[in-house]
Amino acid sequence: MGEGLVEGIPRRRGSRHAVTTDPPKRAPSPEPMPPELTTTAVPATGWLHRYAHPGRFLRLGATVQPWLSAAGLILTLAGLGWGLFIAPADWQQGDAVRIMYVHVPAAWLASAAYLALAACGFASLVWRHPLADLAAVEIGPVGAGVTALCLASGSLWGRPMWGAWWVWDARLTSVLVLFFLFLGHVVLVRSFDDPARGARSAAILALVGVLDLPIIKFSVQWWNTLHQPDSITLTAAPAMSLSMLWPLLVTALGFSFGFAAIVVARVRAAILEQRVRVAMQRRARMAER
Amino acid sequence: MIGCCGAGLSAALGLSLWALSGNIVYFMAPSQLLATHPSPKQVVRLGGMVEAGSVRTAEGLSGPEASFRVTDGQADVAVHYDGILPGLFREGQSVVALGSLGQDGRFTASEVLAKHDQTYMPREVADALRRSGKWDPRFGPAPDPASWDRMTAASAETRAGTGSGG
Repeated sequence: MGEGLVEGIPRRRGSRHAVTTDPPKRAPSPEPMPPELTTTAVPATGWLHRYAHPGRFLRLGATVQPWLSAAGLILTLAGLGWGLFIAPADWQQGDAVRIMYVHVPAAWLASAAYLALAACGFASLVWRHPLADLAAVEIGPVGAGVTALCLASGSLWGRPMWGAWWVWDARLTSVLVLFFLFLGHVVLVRSFDDPARGARSAAILALVGVLDLPIIKFSVQWWNTLHQPDSITLTAAPAMSLSMLWPLLVTALGFSFGFAAIVVARVRAAILEQRVRVAMQRRARMAER
Repeated sequence: MIGCCGAGLSAALGLSLWALSGNIVYFMAPSQLLATHPSPKQVVRLGGMVEAGSVRTAEGLSGPEASFRVTDGQADVAVHYDGILPGLFREGQSVVALGSLGQDGRFTASEVLAKHDQTYMPREVADALRRSGKWDPRFGPAPDPASWDRMTAASAETRAGTGSGG
């Protein structure tokens, strides 16, 4: 496909990468193409740009997609089966502790997903990379779903253990803020007629919202909360029996691969969708003449 | 324009955090509560450990009643509660009680929540630690996980055996 790989990604206004380099190999069109249909070339320098190239991403994505999906499915099923049926019950929480095998991986993944969203926002603002914008659009709803899973499973866990579905302590409130940040991003990125402006505004929101991540992480240390402190920290041995820790880690790994698989699939679909849209626009214009 | 947006959003986030800072502490420990001594009309949250041997439960006219003492090691407050206690409520457990502090120094709770700690331990290991005398859940948190996190149910039994013997 040659340089045709990148066609279909509309040029962002003022984009530094929006330089069309090679002359097209096919027969030149009789009239100059309208600016929104010109192809976007991405410089071949730098590993990040090389792999973030939409055409290369399509090929890379097609290769890793089945592996990510398989790893996500197998590890999630193995971890959940281990945690829900084999791991021991907790001495005081009994079988209710098994909600942890869904809640904790979802909570970790929610923060990680937001970090990915913010990284895309950064790449979008600094390098104006079209793939970063596409990825941000696709990560948003998945991240919101994971955060909702974390909140819902936590609520189901809180009722029998604490005696309340919900409390307004710092940990729960800051995760709810994270959920609203995801929702805000989902809405904002789609609320402009000019997708470039939407991407820009959403990128700023994603970057400012990063402030919430340390608040979530340290809320249980900084303030008195009903939510217990972290069992697993970088500095100390986990306050958890290894018979519970292993299934938890396997499930967390499975969730992460599953998340990656979904995001890669969505980004690939978005790239292809955009190409189809541009091709159809072009065909419509040709037919008009 | 982007700078303005960023500055506006940061300001909004900062202001809301600052506004929350008064309420961001979910509960007060007994010593904090006695130091500030809020008025009996004020609804506050009291958090601490249920003192071992202080729990009295009774069947009142309107349902179960409980009275117990909540301590943070420096001070303790008597709590009275009409209602069903959460499943995790026990002596030595951390609890958060919503209510008000009366003139007589008794705390009347309208809601009691149990706060569990971050330690997750299989039942067999907990039983073994208790039998060996290494830990009594009524008097404090579980011992350092390094001492038990590689225990299996079987090895816990043998260790409990040696622990009680020695």
